[in-house]
Amino acid sequence: MNAITPTHFLILSFLLVGIGLMGLLVRRNLLYTLMSLEIMLNGINVALLAFSRVGNSLDGGILVFFIMTVAASEVAVGLALLVALYKGRKSVMSDDACLLRN
Amino acid sequence: MNFVDLLFLFFATLACGGALAMVFARHPVSGAMFMIVSLVGVAALFVLLEAFFLAILQVLVYAGAVMVLFLFIIMLLDVGPDGSKVDLSKWKPGFIGVLLSVLLVAVLLFLLIGDGGTPASNTASWPTPSDARETGDFPTLEFSPEVSFFGYGLMTKYMLPLQVSGFMLLAAMVGVIIISKAPKTNKGDS
Repeated sequence: MNAITPTHFLILSFLLVGIGLMGLLVRRNLLYTLMSLEIMLNGINVALLAFSRVGNSLDGGILVFFIMTVAASEVAVGLALLVALYKGRKSVMSDDACLLRN
Repeated sequence: MNFVDLLFLFFATLACGGALAMVFARHPVSGAMFMIVSLVGVAALFVLLEAFFLAILQVLVYAGAVMVLFLFIIMLLDVGPDGSKVDLSKWKPGFIGVLLSVLLVAVLLFLLIGDGGTPASNTASWPTPSDARETGDFPTLEFSPEVSFFGYGLMTKYMLPLQVSGFMLLAAMVGVIIISKAPKTNKGDS
């Protein structure tokens, strides 16, 4: 293996997205679901920044900035929904959230 | 293999290993801790890509604010480790999930490395980055590790997205407050 190329960063980004998808599919705990979503967004951020670096353009970096903003607000809303769900069902497992009514 | 390659390998292992450990962690608190390890690894990779501002932002926003919020909610709800008994009804979807994600990574890696030669001939009709840049109203934003370039880009080319994201943060904040208050108002209505 010689110098680090963008391909290495892309491979890492694919791995992170795959691990995030695995957490999304395997875990039943909604807390882990939210954390896996964060992992996937992180993988996408790595890919965007690698492309931005290769293309010598700041657009990808600024997109990473906006993705961080969206991810932060998504976590805030998701955790608030989780707390609201927990109030009603005393559980954070997605299996227990199978009904639309209380 | 020089020093930078070793650094890349180390932090890539940290990011992927932390994420894997998070997925398979028993207790949510340890899962959040592994997630912090993964996020710090990704921040170090941002440093390797010379995006110092984004690395700092990653540590401050993700490892600082978001994970503190996660830990706060975990401790507020007082969720313990999942009592994950290994029975067949739980194993089967888990196995399928692992299989699907491994398949996704395999397909992506195949497209990137395995068949790398052929798609290059088809990309002739794609707009090159220089074409795309010339069509915009704004001059090209060169990549730079300096924060001032970020600020310039945000204040000129990305002014509208910046304001929209600020409004989205406000909407998220108001939404969280309303969601947190919902049961009481429902009781009052009915």
